[in-house]
Amino acid sequence: MSARIVIVGAGLHGCSAAVHLSAHGHRVTVIDKEYAGRHASGVNAGGVRRLGRHPAEIPLAMAAWERWQRMAEVVGDDCDFRPVGQIKVAENGADLETLAERERQVRSLGFDHEYLITRDELRQRVPALSPHCPGGLACDGDGYANPYRTVTAWRRQAQRQGVGFFEGVAVTGLEAHGSGWKIQAGRQRFSADILINCAGAWAGTLCEWLGEPVPLAAEAPMLMITERLKPFLGPVIGATSRPLSFKQFENGTVLIGGGVRGEVDSRRQVAETCLGGLADNADTVLSLFPFMHDARIVRTWAGIEAVMPDQIPVLGPSSTSESVIHSFGFSAHGFQLSPITGEIVADLAMGRETSYPIQPFSITRFKGSRYSG
Amino acid sequence: MTTHDLVILGSGPAGMAAAATAVAHGITALVVDEQPAPGGQIYRSIESTPLKERRILGDDYWHGKELVDGLDDPRIDYRPGTTLWQLTRRLEVGLLQGEQASMVQARHVILAHGALERPFPIPGWTLPGVMTAGSGQILLKSAGLAPSAPVVLAGCGPLLLLLAVQYLRAGIPIAALLDTTPAGQYRDALPLLPGALRNARTLLKGLGLLAELRRAGVRHVRHVTALEAEGEDRLERVRWQCGNDPEWHCLTTPLLLLHQGVVPNTQVTRALDCAHDWDERQLAWQPRRDAWLATDVEGIAVAGDAGGIVGAKASAMQGRLAGLGAAIALGRVSEDKTREEVKRLRRDLARETAIRPFLDVLYRPAAHWRLPGDDTLVCRCEEVTAGEVRRMAKQGCRGPNQTKSFTRCGMGPCQGRMCGLTVSELLADANGQSVAETGYYRLRPPFKPITLGQLATAAEDASE
Repeated sequence: MSARIVIVGAGLHGCSAAVHLSAHGHRVTVIDKEYAGRHASGVNAGGVRRLGRHPAEIPLAMAAWERWQRMAEVVGDDCDFRPVGQIKVAENGADLETLAERERQVRSLGFDHEYLITRDELRQRVPALSPHCPGGLACDGDGYANPYRTVTAWRRQAQRQGVGFFEGVAVTGLEAHGSGWKIQAGRQRFSADILINCAGAWAGTLCEWLGEPVPLAAEAPMLMITERLKPFLGPVIGATSRPLSFKQFENGTVLIGGGVRGEVDSRRQVAETCLGGLADNADTVLSLFPFMHDARIVRTWAGIEAVMPDQIPVLGPSSTSESVIHSFGFSAHGFQLSPITGEIVADLAMGRETSYPIQPFSITRFKGSRYSG
Repeated sequence: MTTHDLVILGSGPAGMAAAATAVAHGITALVVDEQPAPGGQIYRSIESTPLKERRILGDDYWHGKELVDGLDDPRIDYRPGTTLWQLTRRLEVGLLQGEQASMVQARHVILAHGALERPFPIPGWTLPGVMTAGSGQILLKSAGLAPSAPVVLAGCGPLLLLLAVQYLRAGIPIAALLDTTPAGQYRDALPLLPGALRNARTLLKGLGLLAELRRAGVRHVRHVTALEAEGEDRLERVRWQCGNDPEWHCLTTPLLLLHQGVVPNTQVTRALDCAHDWDERQLAWQPRRDAWLATDVEGIAVAGDAGGIVGAKASAMQGRLAGLGAAIALGRVSEDKTREEVKRLRRDLARETAIRPFLDVLYRPAAHWRLPGDDTLVCRCEEVTAGEVRRMAKQGCRGPNQTKSFTRCGMGPCQGRMCGLTVSELLADANGQSVAETGYYRLRPPFKPITLGQLATAAEDASE
């Protein structure tokens, strides 16, 4: 039977859920207070990364990675996915030991996608890197894609499958109605058999209304991009003990980020960049790639993202209602997971068992814990 | 991070007047300007221009001397060659001087960074040899530089006429002045003439320029309706059509100077997310301001052309008004005490700007000069054509931030300075919505590119 499903939030995870649910013939409506991809989904660093994932996320990241190989079949667009590989570099001996420990951990979990490379191999793969780096941890097949193009591809695929999008529409209230919900959005009202919370940094409000508050923080990871430079870099580079994500696109521009935070202005619902983090980030880049000294930064920005205290998302059913499913709080690394989260949400919404271990992502983990209240 | 009572951005007429006024009320002001010397665009190089013969650049230019001299005051910390690369809503000011980036804290900020030339996207406008009239004037004022071969000037607006006359006086040959002012606009502007007579001096000056060009026998082609720049690797020819005449005319020239008016430079107020309004008469965005020229961001005022085009004299008046506003905001003088002075300033300002409605209507660029054909490049940095922007509109893009994400339009080093207005207007037109609804790029620091090395030098200020 076809159900009426309302998804709050037209980001990557909301649009992916919409695609997977409408594919099963459900009547899906997506509501967004601004427009698809306005915040974290559209302006993130675009890392398609399994490297360094939280152990609980590895099974999902592996499944998502398979789907990234055939994104054109899933959403009708390759989303500019480039599997150039990712490498986390060690800047010193202590870093190298951290990476070796990580390799052991991943192996012990039964995976082998992350492996140590030597100083020489690192030099071979990244000739532009400063020679003081003693090695790295590599993950072949990882890479990057274009975030805005990706969220748009999901959204358009959903539209092709008949999903209705209401943009510029903010949810203002929730009311239980039978086993489903009446959703108030200003003067508009939506009815749903099942409600899906993909509201990112704004997901906490829905949780409060549902009587299951979460310790969600809205944060603003900052990014900066250079003018076009001569090609010098293949894989995406990360650092081990400092925040850094560093990649060169095919057009020559270099994107620098990796977790330094700007400021969230919650009243205006915008993120502002802060000098301090950017200057530190610049400093990290210069110690790894000294020749970048004269590269010009042409733009900096930040997107608002939901971050959970344990850095993993809330993905699974509500603890207070059988007709609500959560998918938010990806803590600044949800981009790669979007192909699989939509599948999982669709399974849950249709009352099916999911084949992925999502217990660690349950919203109940915050109940009565040190995070509650 | 050091704290300054007042930071003024720009040392053109508005910035210099604001500084002088603030100093008169006991405020020390930090004045930053990108240029190596004060004067802004209008009084550029006034202390150093090789064109010492007053007649060439005209009396209005040399008027700036008095304002420039006012900067020479121990209470004004004037920093030339300094770029503003960031300004936050908390009034943190990011400066760049040489290789050194720094951050200072301001208590009050007056933005007086002036205007930009309106984009003039015609076929071939990106060819080397095609420049804006403003750039042509910069070369003339600062270096006395000008081409020896005859140049073509094309477009409309007072600056174009002024430059033509300045070239004429400097002995630079002008092959033609191609006037794109639409024929009907002389008629449309006529009812506004009586109002403009309150500033008869400026009006007469404009007529004087026209007469001077005519006397010198400069070829002044009116009612130009189509214009193209052509050449292999650089400009070789300019082609145009007049009125409804299908015939194309052609001139060989190595230099074409384009101009269709100036618009407020809103890069900084946009990045601050100040409220802006679309001014249909000036066809440009303006930051929303109160009677003291303050924006809706606490502590930030805008004076001069950056807030709406008013010209040099009115800009200086606004600078004084904003300077008084700063003195009041910083508690140096009571509003009561300034009442008479403010009344006088506002009256002078009204008289000086009385000519604007007439000029705005007369020199309003026609729609086809602002909404170019599909093949014409709109975004020079990322090479996006008008046709691509229209195609994006068809695919559902309502505003420039969406086309930016799809096409990279406006993402290059100029941060949309050269395409922003065109893209907003193209999208508004294609979507059948107003420009106000369509909106503008969300802008991000750095306002001007900064190197990683320079950025790293600011780490110390930031950590304090």
